Amino acid sequence: MAHAYVPGLKVVPHTTVKKVRQLPIKGEILKNVGEKVLAADEVAKTHLPGNIIPINIANKLNIEPVDIKDFMKKEKGNPIKKGEIIAETNGIFGLFKSVVNAPIDGTLDSFSHITGQAILRENPIPVAVNAYIDGVVDEIIADEGVVVKTQAAFIQGIFGIGGERRGELKIVTSTQDIPIEEEMIDENCKDKIIVGGSFLTYSAFKKAIKIGVKGIVVGGFNYNDIKKIIGYDIGVAITGQEDIKTTLILTEGFGKIHMARQTFELLKKYEGDVASINGATQIRAGVIRPEVIIPIKTDQKEDSEKKEIIGMDIGTEVRIIRAPYFGIIGNITGLPHKLQKLESGSWARVAKIKIGETQKEVLLPRANLEMIENK
Amino acid sequence: MEKKEIRSILATDCGSTTTKAILIEKREGVYRLITRGEAPTTVEAPFEDVTRGILNSVKEVEELRERQLLDGDKIITPQSGDKGVDIYISTSSAGGGLQMMVAGLVKAMSAESAERAALGAGAIVMDIIATNDGRLLHEKISRIRHLRPDMILLSGGTDQGNIKTVVELSELIKAANPQPRLGMNYKLPVIFAGNKKASGEIEKNLDKISALTVVPNLRPTLERENLGPARDKIHDLFMEHVMAQAPGYKKLMAMTDAPIMPTPGAVGYIMQVIARNEKITVVGVDIGGATTDIFSVFKDLETKESVFNRTVSANLGMSYSISNVLAEATLPNIQRWVPFEIDEVDLRNRIGNKMIRPTTIPQSLEELKLEQAIAREALRLSFKQHKSFAVGLKGVQKERTISDAFEQTSSGVTLVNMMDLDLMVGSGGVLSHAPKRHQAAKMMIDAFLPEGVTQIAVDSIFMMPHLGVLASVNEHAATEVFNKDCLIRLGTCIAPVGKSKPGKDYVKVELDLPDGTKFKKTLKYGELLLVEAPYTAIPAVITPASRKIDAGSGFGEVVNTKVYGGNVGIIIDARGRRPFLIPTDPKERVEKLQEWSKAIKEFDEN
Repeated sequence: MAHAYVPGLKVVPHTTVKKVRQLPIKGEILKNVGEKVLAADEVAKTHLPGNIIPINIANKLNIEPVDIKDFMKKEKGNPIKKGEIIAETNGIFGLFKSVVNAPIDGTLDSFSHITGQAILRENPIPVAVNAYIDGVVDEIIADEGVVVKTQAAFIQGIFGIGGERRGELKIVTSTQDIPIEEEMIDENCKDKIIVGGSFLTYSAFKKAIKIGVKGIVVGGFNYNDIKKIIGYDIGVAITGQEDIKTTLILTEGFGKIHMARQTFELLKKYEGDVASINGATQIRAGVIRPEVIIPIKTDQKEDSEKKEIIGMDIGTEVRIIRAPYFGIIGNITGLPHKLQKLESGSWARVAKIKIGETQKEVLLPRANLEMIENK
Repeated sequence: MEKKEIRSILATDCGSTTTKAILIEKREGVYRLITRGEAPTTVEAPFEDVTRGILNSVKEVEELRERQLLDGDKIITPQSGDKGVDIYISTSSAGGGLQMMVAGLVKAMSAESAERAALGAGAIVMDIIATNDGRLLHEKISRIRHLRPDMILLSGGTDQGNIKTVVELSELIKAANPQPRLGMNYKLPVIFAGNKKASGEIEKNLDKISALTVVPNLRPTLERENLGPARDKIHDLFMEHVMAQAPGYKKLMAMTDAPIMPTPGAVGYIMQVIARNEKITVVGVDIGGATTDIFSVFKDLETKESVFNRTVSANLGMSYSISNVLAEATLPNIQRWVPFEIDEVDLRNRIGNKMIRPTTIPQSLEELKLEQAIAREALRLSFKQHKSFAVGLKGVQKERTISDAFEQTSSGVTLVNMMDLDLMVGSGGVLSHAPKRHQAAKMMIDAFLPEGVTQIAVDSIFMMPHLGVLASVNEHAATEVFNKDCLIRLGTCIAPVGKSKPGKDYVKVELDLPDGTKFKKTLKYGELLLVEAPYTAIPAVITPASRKIDAGSGFGEVVNTKVYGGNVGIIIDARGRRPFLIPTDPKERVEKLQEWSKAIKEFDEN
C-alpha cells in the first residue's frame, strides 16, 4: 500500500471558502448571484410555521365529535384572535351556552369529526440567515439559501462549543506552547477573538466570558471544565447550540497540547484582521468541524490548484493523535506493508515516524496519525 | 440472480468508525473466509463519500490476497479467471444508521410493539410518542417537529378497537409536519401498522405530507404481535428513501448485488440462526463506535415460544459516544475496572480525545486497559436497558387462580433469565479485536455477570454483519463460514449465585478433562480460576458450599452437567452474584483486579 487515507484538519493560508447558508425550511432568497455581501447581511428569510395548540372541542362542549362542524364558529384557515369564540353550543333558549375561546392569536388549522379535536396554529415566526462571511454570492439554492464564496485563510479545529461569531483576532500568548492564563485577558479583549497556545485554564475562560470576548482559539482545554461552563456533560460530540457568549475552538484536543506551529503562525499573521468563527462540531453523520475563516483581500492566486487528496505518503507531515506521543508533529519515513504488533498486543498497520526535534524514529499505528492539510 | 455456482464473495460493512471488508472463497467444496481488510469510514471531509472507505478496505483485501479485485474504482464482478468476485454485498450503519420515531396508543402496549418492530429492523428509536407518555399534546407536537427522523412508524389500536385515538395521533403528526433528516426534497416515509379500520382516516391525514404506506396491524389483538410486515417494510423504505439520500450511498447501491441491510438487522438475523440451529437461549452483543446493540433469544415461559429481542443503546459506544458512557456510568463506575491509579482529569481528557478522534486505537497496554474498562460499563448499561425492554407482552388479560393471588406476577416480566442463558456471543471492535481472547471473555463476564453455567463465544473478526447479509443471498455459504470461521468458542463460565464471606469455601468443581486428568478444586468466595480445556463436552459436577449458593439447580443443589472449553477454557467465577462486589478502597481494588486478571491470564504481562 503506497499510501493510506487518513482524515486531516485543514490549516490553509489561502483558499476559496464556500459556505452554504441555508434556511431550515423553504423561503425567500434576498441576494443575487455575484452580489457582494457583508457577514451581517441577511441573505435569505422565511417564516417558520407557528406552534401548534390542539384543543378537544367535542370534550369541551360535551358534543359528539361527528357533530363538530355544526358548532364551529370559524372555518379552516380562518384567522383567530386570543379570547375570540371559536366554537359554541346553542344552549337552552339561547342561555347556558358552552363556548370555547381561542387561547392564542393565529389561525384555525383544522378540526376533525373523528376525534373532535381542533388544531390551532400560532402566527408564523420570522427566521433569517446572514452571510456569515464577507464575500460574494456564488450560487443560489432555489428557495433554500445561497452559497457565499470568499478568498480566505482557513483553519479547522478539532472540537468547539458555541455558535457563529465574528471579531478581530488578538494573539495573547507569545508562542504556541504557552497556556492562556486569566491575567492575559483584559478589557482590550472585549469583542475580540483571542488566540493562545497550548491550553486554556478554566478561570481564563470564565473571565473571557465575563469581559465579552467573542471567541477563543487555543490548543487544548480540560474536558472536565466544559461541564462547569455549559452546565452539562457533552456525551456525543454534537455541539454549536450551547448557550454561551464566547465560542471556544480547540485546535488539538483535550488536555494541555501545543497548538500546531503552522496554525499559530497563520493566526498570528492576521492579528488585527476580522475573522468569522463557528464552534459547531459534529463528529458523526455528516461531519462538521469548528472553523476559523479570515477573509483576505488579494489578487494573488490560491496557494495550489485543487489537488486530489491521496493521503499519507513518505514525507507527509502528520500529527500524532493518541498517547503516548499525543500532540507531537512528525514526518513519515516509512509505511511498512505488513501488520505489526503494538505494545497493547494488537496487530495494526503502522507508519514509521520521525518525531520532534530529537528526530527519533518510532513505529505508530496509522490510525493514530492525522495529516495536516496545509495546501 | 442466476443459479450459478458462486466461487467468491466480497462483503463489506460500513460502520460509523471503520469499514470492514471480507473475502470468502470456495475451496475444496467449502466456503471459507480467506482474508479481511479495513479502512476508516469516509463520511468525513475531505471525502464525504462512503464508497471511498469501501474501496480502501477492498484494496487492503486485494493486497493481502494478492489478487485483483478492483478495476480503478470498480469492484470486478463476476469473477473472471483470477480477477474479481462473483458477488458483492454490503451492510451499513454509517451516517448515523437508520433513525426512527415510533408512535402508538399505549406506551406499554402498541407503542412498545412498534418500538420492538423498529429495533428488530435495525433502527435507532429517537423517541416514542404515545397517548399516555405523560407529555401534553403541544409538547408532543413540538417534539415531533424538532426531531428529524428518517422514518416514522405509527401503530395503535387492535383491529376490533375504536379508531378515534389513533386518528388523533395522525392529526398530531400532520400538524407537526416533520421533515426528513436527509434532504428537503423528498417526503418523509411513514408506515401505518395499526387498527386496519383507521387506515382510511390515516390516509386522509397523512397522505399529503408524507410518503405513507399501510401494512397489517403489528398488534392485531392484545395477545398477539405481528411484527414481520412492519419490519419488512422498514427494510424496503430504508433502501428506497433513506440510503438513497446519504453521501455516496447511491453509488454503493449500484455496486452491490443484493439490497444493503442495516448492520444490526444483519447481526440480529445471524443471532436467531444460532438460537434456532442449536436450540438454545442466546444473548448477543455488538459494541460499536456509536451504539451498542444487544440481541437475545429467550423462551417466553407462558407461551413457550422463543422470543427475539433487540435493543440499541444509541449513545453508548466506544468512540463517538464514549463520553456519554462516562456521563451515564459516572467516573467511579469506570474507575472500578481500571487496574491502576489514574488522575481523574487525565482520564476524562483521554476519553474526550477518543470521542473527537474516534478512529484511533490504543497503542500502549495502559490505554488498552482503559478502553476495556469503559467497554465493561458500556456493555453493562446496554444490557440493563435490554433486560427492561425484553419482556413479555404487556396488557394481556390472564385468568388467575387463587394461588396466583399469592404470587402475583404482572405481565411484562423480563424474559432475560441469566440462570437459563446458554450462550453469550460478543461482537464489535473492542471484543472481536481484543489482542487476547481472554480479555473478551473477561469483559463479557464482568459486564453481563452470567449465572450458573454459560458458554461464551466471540465473533472472530467482527464478521456477523457480513454473514447476516450473505444469508439473505446464500444461506449455505453464510452458515458454512459462520461455523468454521466466524464463531470462536471461548469456553464456559461457571458462576454460582449467592452471598458468602471472603475466605469461606464457595463452590467445588469437578471436571473429567479430555486428556484423562480429573480436575477437582474448591474455590473460596471472591476467587476466579481458569481451567484450560478444548471445545469439547466435559462432564462436570458443581457443588455449592452452602445452601445459600445456587449453581444452577437450586440453592445448595449439586449440578451434574457437561461444560465446554474453548480458546480460553473453563472459567470458574466464585466472585458471587446478587450482589457482585468490587472493593471500594482504591489500593485494595487495584490488587483485586490484578489478582483476577492474573488468574485468567488476561494480559501477556500476567
